Amino acid sequence: MYQDKIVPALEIQGLCKRYERPAVDGLDLRVRAGEFYMLLGPNGAGKTTTLRMVSGLLQPDDGAIAVFGIDSLADPVAAKRITGWLSDEPMIYDKLTPIEYLEFVAGLWSVETALAKSRAEELLAWLGLEKHAQERCEQFSRGMRQKVALAGALVHDPKLIILDEPLTGLDAGSARLVKNVLTERVRAGNTVIMTTHILEIAERMADRIGVISSGRLIAEGTLAELRDRVGQGDATLEEMFLTIVEQDLAAA
Amino acid sequence: MSVPGSLNWFARHEMRLAWRDALSMMTAGRRNRERMVVVGVVIFASFMHVVAVLALGRLGKVGVVPSLQTLIYVTAAAFLSGSAMLSQAMESVTRTFYSRSDLELILSSPIDAGRLFAVRIGAIALSVSVMSLFLIGPFIDVLAWRGGLRWLGAYGAIAAVSLVATALAVIMTVTLFQTVGPKRTRLAAQIAAAVIGGLFVIGLQMAAMFSTGTMSRLAFLQSKTVVAHMPNIHSAFWWPARGALGDLGCLAAFFGASAALFLVVTAIYAPRFADCAIAAAGTSLGAVRKSSVDRPFRVKSPAATLRRKERLLLIRDPWLVSQSLMQLLYLLPPTVLLWRSFTFEGGVAVILVPVLIMSAGQLAGGLAWLTVSGEDAPDLVETAPIPKSRLLRAKIAAVLECIGIIFSPFVLALAFVSPDKAIVATVGIFASAMSAATIQLWFRSQAKRSQFRRRHTSSRIATFSEAFTSIAWAATGTVAAAGSWLAAVVALFALGILGFVWLFSPVRTQARLATRKSRGVLAARIS
Repeated sequence: MYQDKIVPALEIQGLCKRYERPAVDGLDLRVRAGEFYMLLGPNGAGKTTTLRMVSGLLQPDDGAIAVFGIDSLADPVAAKRITGWLSDEPMIYDKLTPIEYLEFVAGLWSVETALAKSRAEELLAWLGLEKHAQERCEQFSRGMRQKVALAGALVHDPKLIILDEPLTGLDAGSARLVKNVLTERVRAGNTVIMTTHILEIAERMADRIGVISSGRLIAEGTLAELRDRVGQGDATLEEMFLTIVEQDLAAA
Repeated sequence: MSVPGSLNWFARHEMRLAWRDALSMMTAGRRNRERMVVVGVVIFASFMHVVAVLALGRLGKVGVVPSLQTLIYVTAAAFLSGSAMLSQAMESVTRTFYSRSDLELILSSPIDAGRLFAVRIGAIALSVSVMSLFLIGPFIDVLAWRGGLRWLGAYGAIAAVSLVATALAVIMTVTLFQTVGPKRTRLAAQIAAAVIGGLFVIGLQMAAMFSTGTMSRLAFLQSKTVVAHMPNIHSAFWWPARGALGDLGCLAAFFGASAALFLVVTAIYAPRFADCAIAAAGTSLGAVRKSSVDRPFRVKSPAATLRRKERLLLIRDPWLVSQSLMQLLYLLPPTVLLWRSFTFEGGVAVILVPVLIMSAGQLAGGLAWLTVSGEDAPDLVETAPIPKSRLLRAKIAAVLECIGIIFSPFVLALAFVSPDKAIVATVGIFASAMSAATIQLWFRSQAKRSQFRRRHTSSRIATFSEAFTSIAWAATGTVAAAGSWLAAVVALFALGILGFVWLFSPVRTQARLATRKSRGVLAARIS
């Protein structure tokens, strides 16, 4: 436990990824264990590319990534074992039921049967899906699919949970359920890194916020620290975000 | 300028979409490849003309005074291409009902949707005739060159057959829709299209085997029994064949009747298409499918979990099953042959070996695409703590498992007739399936399972190499079944094809880039 507090949940150094232009450009980032970290940025800032590299879905051109001290480029399997990933597009299997999907995910992460079963049932109950546990996902709404995918990302109880726009397309009720589950996870000691364009959510849920633009981290801190930085004592996150991004563009 | 909402306006709109779609399919969505496509089409057309010269060059004079046997051949050929066109048209009509692309826009607009569907029926007729002309055209050209311009009448006959095939497809699919309902029509039409597509050629083949005891369809058509049961040489039944052979009067009558049938069917059925499309759209809101068996929750090893997932996804998708297994329809004639060999004579096992090997290769290619490229949750599988190599091994194992289940009854039956040929078939099936799966691994590109039908567009090299390796392994099997050591040479040729394909594979390119990059990093560190 003490070790977890010392070793950062995620440490990124000099991360680079280039397509036709640099998507991520020498990014340095440190996320503490047990915190709710929000990664914000305008469209095309490099948020998704960064998170996909952390999750092992993209190979960086340069730089280093460590998940709880594990070099995820040298030992991706060990890093993946303690990481959960959820994208904005719920990727599930239409022909499987939620319980079969969770059984499949538990199999991939080699979770012991009894533990996986209790976690799966608990997650489906939390997310209000227990009535649909035996129904194939093909008829599910987008919100239900996203909740099934979230349950999949959590069924192996990852220490680091990475979510890319998880609330896209969710109704108010579903969004609240997802937020509650994530808050609960952080309380239980897990680390959550999340991107969102809904700044009110970031304002309410985040322990710390990082703002990324043109593939670089341009601001980071708690709400109070960000307010100090922009010199606006009573500013909302939206106002601060726009100011920070404009300042960065002007400087560029 | 055409008036918005008019037939002409819809036709222009459809033409533009169809052209861009065709171009995108041929270029696999990549830019600046239009010139390569043109070159490819010209090379293919030239190649087909050479084949036609070699095959038909001496037959140009046939049909100056057509004999009954010539008329039988031409009519059989018309039925053959007609059944293929009917199959293709049924698939296209079904797609029109179920594709959601622009239907909601059209149906919610204040325009008469019947006009759009009339244009789409016309487009189906055009596309099926173009496909046939592309394949049969070179043969007609050669016949016209060697035997006179009257042979060009065959083009008119093909156009007429395509009109009849499209009209029949519309009637059959709408009737199917009204009989079995929108939920089942997609699958039923798919199966019906496959059966119709193969029915004539397979039926002819099986009739040949039962009557003459051979695989030769030509021998069957020449037989006295067939000739004796045909209508009189002056019957109107032969007008289409006479038209194809250059009798302009017969051609005009055949084409006129076909066009009239097509126009009547379009006028009656086009307005009904909108109802069918709306009913088809409602199927997505249909009943919820629950698991029929309350299976206990049991976590298995990652490999077993992956295999089980692939099995479940395949079994639960009848459309995909019908698509994958369609080619097994062509195993029917050899199966009949195998059955006959039990009761009549031996020695036919050697014919079965290549058929089994080739079918296994083709089927494995499709299944491997589904498991390797057609992964609906790629992020989930990629982020799992399993080495990539183990992941891919599990997926390939799932493919081989399916191939084993499907082909083992054939091999077992063969083992009773000829154990040594059963061993050859087993080895060949494994080699062919592994080669196809390996090619899919080398050329994998992420896609949705629902894009299964368009998998060939992602890489032409993969498609052709898959076919060539299956053929090469089938040839190896044939030579091995005949007991010749030359099988080893043919097997080396099959492996050579694989090696050649590897040179062009994206996986190799990526590996080379990665090596170059790591060398660069190393050099930078040293300096």
